[in-house]
Amino acid sequence: MAGSGTSDVKLLGAWASPYVVRARIALNLKEVQYEFLEEQFGTKSELLLKSNPIYKKIPVLIHDEKPVCESMIIVQYIDDVWINSGPALMPADAYDRALQRFWTVYVDDKFVPSLFGIMRSPTEEAKAEAKEQALASLQLLEEAFGKISKGKPFFGGDTIGYLDIALGSFLGWMKAFEEMNGFKLLDDTKTPLLCAWADNFCNNEVVGAVIPETAKLVELAKVMQARYKSAPPAN
Amino acid sequence: MASEKGVMLLDFWVSPFGQRARIALAEKGVQYEYKEENLTEKSELLLKANPVHKKIPVLIHDGKPVCESLIIVEYINEVWSDKAPLMPSDPYQKAQARFWADFVDKKVYDCGSRLWKLKGEEQQAAKKEMIEILQLLEAQLGDKKYFGGDSFGFVDVAFVPFTSWFYSYETCANFSVEGVAPKIAQWAKRCMERESVAKTLYDPKKVYEFVCFLKKKFGVE
Repeated sequence: MAGSGTSDVKLLGAWASPYVVRARIALNLKEVQYEFLEEQFGTKSELLLKSNPIYKKIPVLIHDEKPVCESMIIVQYIDDVWINSGPALMPADAYDRALQRFWTVYVDDKFVPSLFGIMRSPTEEAKAEAKEQALASLQLLEEAFGKISKGKPFFGGDTIGYLDIALGSFLGWMKAFEEMNGFKLLDDTKTPLLCAWADNFCNNEVVGAVIPETAKLVELAKVMQARYKSAPPAN
Repeated sequence: MASEKGVMLLDFWVSPFGQRARIALAEKGVQYEYKEENLTEKSELLLKANPVHKKIPVLIHDGKPVCESLIIVEYINEVWSDKAPLMPSDPYQKAQARFWADFVDKKVYDCGSRLWKLKGEEQQAAKKEMIEILQLLEAQLGDKKYFGGDSFGFVDVAFVPFTSWFYSYETCANFSVEGVAPKIAQWAKRCMERESVAKTLYDPKKVYEFVCFLKKKFGVE
């Protein structure tokens, strides 16, 4: 495999975290050898607390002993360092880069909270509202895909790029919520472009290896939902 | 939007987010048209340029809009790359710069708003948090001239507009930035020696007047 032979790369993460999936997809696309250090659910290791003292969250990429935090900052870092390996994750044109960054922020600030709102909502009413917001976000992303992809399979064009990774990493959880709730988030009649994109994304070899299985996520979601029902939110 | 050549910035005078864009444009020596928005009556142009969020700042370059202040700053840095580089070239330093600019984004504005919007215990909690934020930033700055080292960089651009709000934070919550984070206070003064910053930031007393206007509007006393 290509990649720096002498470089020491570790990734602190957890199998179910979509933010960790982002880092793993980027590392795999760039054919980087790395050691995956799994954090145990509900605890934080010494290494994590030392590497990310500000937020104490995964993922953390540790490259030659130096930590990089925040999933999309990690993705950009991977793109910058392993510039000669695999596809470019960011487009060449500055305006196209600005668009991908804009929609990535949108995914993080608007789409993801509504998506997880579906699981966290205490009432059916709140759940329905979260679902509507998630669907509305996906509608905007569908339009954005039309403009950005320019007829190609990915937001990044012919190959998976920054925004594909940002949104695609959540497909595992999206499928889990669809199954648990008996509704569709990506619908052929409403978001046909994103449906096709999701298939292309998940069928990619590099991605398929790291997106968590729907059945396992459903199981985990049930455990987490029980926690939300029995205790008030921690923060 | 017509594909007119040129650069336009849709903005609001006191917005620290808009000021980031103005400072970056000034550092690069870019000529642009400034358009002040009335946020209670947003223009057609703003609604068309930023239909998703309907917020300022928006940079319109040759008819194409760029939204979100830090994204605008990176765009400005990449397009006008011939002078005043705002990002380090080393990938690790770049990642650090993005991390701390993001930290400012996540923490300073929200916590600052709580300082003037809230009273009593809630305000005390916000004050404690703001002091922690300033001290973390101070530790990151260390003894460097700027967050970017010897050159004024991305994190400096991201954070410096908030320095004109320090007086408001201090007055509302009764503490001193110089007292809790002296290096940050000195850094703020050094930044004001730069023309791009001095010409963009408003007098802290004027910002405080605006905060008082907001307090009245939100019924805070």
